[in-house]
Amino acid sequence: MNIFTRLRPLLIALWVFGLTGCDATADRPVVVQFWAMGQEGEQVKALLPEFERRYPTIRVRVQQLPWSAAHEKLLTAYAGDALPDLFQLGNTWIPEFVALRALEPLDGRLRAWPEIALADYFPGILATNRLEDQTWALPWYVDTRLFFYRSDLLAAVGFAKPPDTWDDWLRAMTALKAAGGSVRHAILLPINEWQLPVILALQNGALLLRDRDQYGNFQDPRFREAFLFYLSLFERGLAPPVGNTQMANLYQEFANGVFAVYVSGPWNIGEFGRRLPAALQDQWMTAPLPEFTKTFSRPPVGEGTEARVGASLAGGASLALNRTSPRREAAWKLLEFLAEPEQQAHFYQLTGDLPARQSAWKDPALAGNRYAQAFREQLRQVKATPPIPEWERIANKLAYHAERTIRGQVSADEALAALDRDVDRILEKRRWLLAREQQPSPPAPLPLAGEGSEHPAPVPPAGEGSER
Amino acid sequence: MNGPERHAAWSGWAFAAPALLLIAVFFFLPVLAALLLSFTDFDIYALGDLNRLRFIGFNNYQQLLQSPLFWTALGNTFYFVIMGGPLSVAVSLGAALLVNARLTRFPGLFRTAFFLPVVTTLVAVAVVWRYLYHPRYGLLNYALSLLGIEPIDWLGDPDWAMPAIILMAVWKNFGFNMIIFIAGLQNIPTQLYEAARIDGASDWRQFRYITLPLLGPTFLFVALMTLIGYFQVFAEPYVMTQGGPANRTLSIVLLMYEEGFRWWNMGYASAAAFILFTLILAATVLQLKLRRGQD
Repeated sequence: MNIFTRLRPLLIALWVFGLTGCDATADRPVVVQFWAMGQEGEQVKALLPEFERRYPTIRVRVQQLPWSAAHEKLLTAYAGDALPDLFQLGNTWIPEFVALRALEPLDGRLRAWPEIALADYFPGILATNRLEDQTWALPWYVDTRLFFYRSDLLAAVGFAKPPDTWDDWLRAMTALKAAGGSVRHAILLPINEWQLPVILALQNGALLLRDRDQYGNFQDPRFREAFLFYLSLFERGLAPPVGNTQMANLYQEFANGVFAVYVSGPWNIGEFGRRLPAALQDQWMTAPLPEFTKTFSRPPVGEGTEARVGASLAGGASLALNRTSPRREAAWKLLEFLAEPEQQAHFYQLTGDLPARQSAWKDPALAGNRYAQAFREQLRQVKATPPIPEWERIANKLAYHAERTIRGQVSADEALAALDRDVDRILEKRRWLLAREQQPSPPAPLPLAGEGSEHPAPVPPAGEGSER
Repeated sequence: MNGPERHAAWSGWAFAAPALLLIAVFFFLPVLAALLLSFTDFDIYALGDLNRLRFIGFNNYQQLLQSPLFWTALGNTFYFVIMGGPLSVAVSLGAALLVNARLTRFPGLFRTAFFLPVVTTLVAVAVVWRYLYHPRYGLLNYALSLLGIEPIDWLGDPDWAMPAIILMAVWKNFGFNMIIFIAGLQNIPTQLYEAARIDGASDWRQFRYITLPLLGPTFLFVALMTLIGYFQVFAEPYVMTQGGPANRTLSIVLLMYEEGFRWWNMGYASAAAFILFTLILAATVLQLKLRRGQD
C-alpha cells in the first residue's frame, strides 16, 4: 500500500504524459529528415518556410553535411539503417545507391507529372538519374565543365572572340605562352584530375568500358588519341605539371596572368566574381568546350552556322528518397517542391547553383548573368560517365595513371595498359554478378572472359554503351 | 586447491569478468569479425545484399601484395617510422634532459609548454602548420629566405611532403614521451651523480654511464610505444595532404581507410589491417629481442 502512495506522483505524471502524448499525435506534424551538402544544406533552409506554409502538417529538419565527408557519411548511414527520408547525392553516386537498393523508384510518382515537366530538365543530366529503365532521383542543380579564360590576354594575342575549335584553342594557347615568357602557362589542368581526359575521350567517341561495362577499354585507339592530345598540352609546356593542391592561390594566379585558361565548373562563376580584383571583372569570360575530331578541328561546316559545342560531363547533384522511409509521401512533396521552376530559380539566387530545369533559366537573375550563358549551351551537350558503382574508383585510377605519365614515370601506352589491368580487376565482381544473373536455372557454365558481346542480355546496367 | 583458495580464485574472476566481457565484446569479437571479413570480398554490392558476398580465401592478401599502391604505402610508412621514430625519441630525450637540468629555471613552465601540442586538436594544429608550410607566404620559407635558401613547396613537392609531415608529427608528439623520460630521469638516485662528480666524471660521461643505462626500461617503453604509434600514422597525412602529392604521403592506415570507407572494400581493407598488425607485431618482437640481447 505504502508503495502505491509513494508511486502516486509518478503514476500521475505518466498518465498526464500519456494523455498529452495521445492528444499530440492527432496533429503532430510529420518531420521529414533531409540531408544536404555544403552551402546547399545551409541555403536550402531559406526555401523551407514557404514549403511549411503550404503543408502545415509537414516539418523539415535539414542536416548539413560537408561535401568532403558526404559520400562516406551516406554509405555509413545506409549500413547503419540511418538514412534520412530525403537526401542530396552527387549524380555519379546514383548507380552505387541503386546497387545498394537504397533508393525509392520514382517513375510511379512521376506519372502524375505533366509530360512537359520532365522534358524541362536538361536531357543529358536527367539521363544520369535513370538506370535500369527507372528514374531513381531528380536533378536538383546541374554542373558541367568548360573554359574560364582571360578575355584581355586572349585579345592581346589576336583572339577577340574565344576560339571554337581545339585547333584554334591550341594556337591561342601557344601564342599566350609565347607572349607571357617563362612565368606564364597558357592553361591550368591539375594533373590529379580525371575530368579533361575523359571529356576529350567522350568527345572522340571512345567507349570507356566495353562489353556492358565489364572491362576497361582504355587502350582503344579513340581513347588513346584523346589521351595523347591531353598529354601534349603538358609536353608543349602549355599546362604546368602541378596538382590542384600545389597551385597556392588559384584566383591570384589567374589575376596575375600566370595562366589564362582554366577548365572548371559553375561554382567558379561566383568565386571568380568574389575573389578576382574589381579591375579584372570585365576581363574574364566563359566559353563552351569545342568539339574534338581527328584533326582536333571542326569538320568543314556546311551551312556556315554557329560554332559547334563539344560534349562535356553531365554533373550535378540530385535528390532521392530513401526506400525504407515511412515518410516517403511527405518527403516526395518536399522533393516536388524543390523541383518547381520558381524554387529552382530562387535556389540559384541563394547559391549560384545552376537550375536543372531549363524554364528556371528564364529568371532575370540568371538570364542576366553573362557568365552563365556558356553553361546553358554546354549543358545541352553533356555526356554521362559509365553508370556503374565502380566508376569513381575507375576515374581515380585514371587520374593516378595520367599523373604518372605526365610526370614522365611511364609511357602513355604503359599507363593505358596498366589502367586497363587495374580496371579489369575492379570490375571482376561486376562480371561475376552479371554472369550469375544470366545463369538460367539449370546452372550452365558461361564464357566469362573474352569478348562475350554476343550475350543477348536482358540486362539492366544502363544505356551508356548503346548511346555511343 | 583448497576451499578458501578456490573461493579467492572465483572472486578474482568475478571482479575481472566485467572488464573481460567488455574487452571480448568490443575488441576480440570485432577483431575476429575483421579477420573473417578479410577472407571475403565484402563490398558495396554485399552491403546491399549479402547474397553477393563471396569467400575468396587469401585473394585479398594476394592482391594487396601485388598492388604497387600497397608497396608505395608500405614504403611511406617505413620512411615515416624510420625517420620520425628515432627523431621523436631523440627530441623527447633532449627536451627531458633540458627541462630536468639543475640550471633550468621554471621547469614546470617548460614542461607544460612542451606538452601543450600533445593535447591540442590535430586538425587545428594542421591548419596552422599548413600556413607555416605555405610555399609563398609561409613563415618557414620566410625564415629560410633570410638564410638565402630558395623557397620549398613543403606539402606540394613529392620529395618534401613526407619530411614536412614528419616534422609536424614530431613537434606534435614529443611532449608525451618527454614526460615519461622526465619521470625516468627523476627515478635515478642523485647519489650516483654526486659520486661520479667526486670521481671527476665529465657531464658527457655521467650521461653515458649513468643516465642512459638507468633509463633503459623507460627507453624501451618509449621506443615501443613510438614504433607502434608511428606505424599507424593516419591523421597527419589525412588532414595535411590526403596522401598526395603523387601518393608520397599515403600511409598504410590511410590506404586502409580509403579502401574501406571511401570505396567500401571492407574485405580488402581488413586484409591491409591484418598485414599491418603482423608487421607491428614482428617489429615489436624484434625490438624486444634486441633489447634482451643487450642485457
